[in-house]
Amino acid sequence: MGVEILKSSSEVTAKIEGDIDHHTAAEIRRIIDENISLLRPSLLKLDFGGVQFMDSSGIGLIMGRFKLVKTAGGNLKVVNVPRRLERMIKMSGLTKLGIF
Amino acid sequence: MAEVINEMNVNFFSRSCNESFARTVIAAFVAQLDPTIDELADIKTAISEAVTNCIVHGYKSGIGKIYLTAKIYENGRISIKVKDRGCGIENVEQAMEPLFTTGGSERSGLGFAVMQSFMDKIKVTSKVGKGTTVSLDKYIIRRTVKNEKNQ
Ligand SMILES: Nc1ncnc2c1ncn2[C@@H]1O[C@H](COP(=O)(O)OP(=O)(O)OP(=O)(O)O)[C@@H](O)[C@H]1O
Ligand SMILES: [Mg+2]
Repeated sequence: MGVEILKSSSEVTAKIEGDIDHHTAAEIRRIIDENISLLRPSLLKLDFGGVQFMDSSGIGLIMGRFKLVKTAGGNLKVVNVPRRLERMIKMSGLTKLGIF
Repeated sequence: MAEVINEMNVNFFSRSCNESFARTVIAAFVAQLDPTIDELADIKTAISEAVTNCIVHGYKSGIGKIYLTAKIYENGRISIKVKDRGCGIENVEQAMEPLFTTGGSERSGLGFAVMQSFMDKIKVTSKVGKGTTVSLDKYIIRRTVKNEKNQ
């Protein structure tokens, strides 16, 4: 479980590993938000390739980061979403935001 | 009415580290029905939602006990109850509406919608000041006929 941050000139990629639930989301959020406020990236990429499990806390995590990067003048992309998480994401309506 | 062939009860504190504990426990119990990976993922997700709600909403101002019960019926039905003795829900119908939340910006208001969609049946009973019980049912399609009664 955890999150690895990769930085380039104007991009920050957060590679999330393991389970996303209310418990793990707190730490993932803290690390990502720290990097957003420090680096103010024009693009934040959330890499979900390593996510094994996610409940609706993962939707809250995406929504919260979306608002935060937008406020900081950047954009959000969610990449490498495993097929098994698609149903939850469709239910959330997040696909309308154009971040996938 | 189908016969109960197995039952389990687990109580634990409403600490957030127990969200993964509850998922692991329910997955281990349901394993005897030989569910598909998708069926198992659905059940784990629904239980995670229900337990998280007890922690985040039911016991928002402290630590209380969460009561997890599961029964397996001979027809392949698994029936799960997640109960708290927390604050209760004033308007259950409204709480169950997709996107309704009292949880602030990090919550999406999708928990009940997920439980509803990932399980076959959901029932919520709640009393303000007394607590909330969420009952979740799912039918696991039996692919292998086993002789459970003798086990
Ligand atoms: N066990 C509970 N005790 C008290 N209130 C609850 C309980 N479960 C749910 N609620 C109420 O019902 C609302 C909706 O719950 P639901 O799980 O659908 O969304 P959420 O928890 O707010 O957000 P999400 O599950 O997406 O993180 C909650 O915001 C809360 O007000
Ligand atoms: Mg919830």
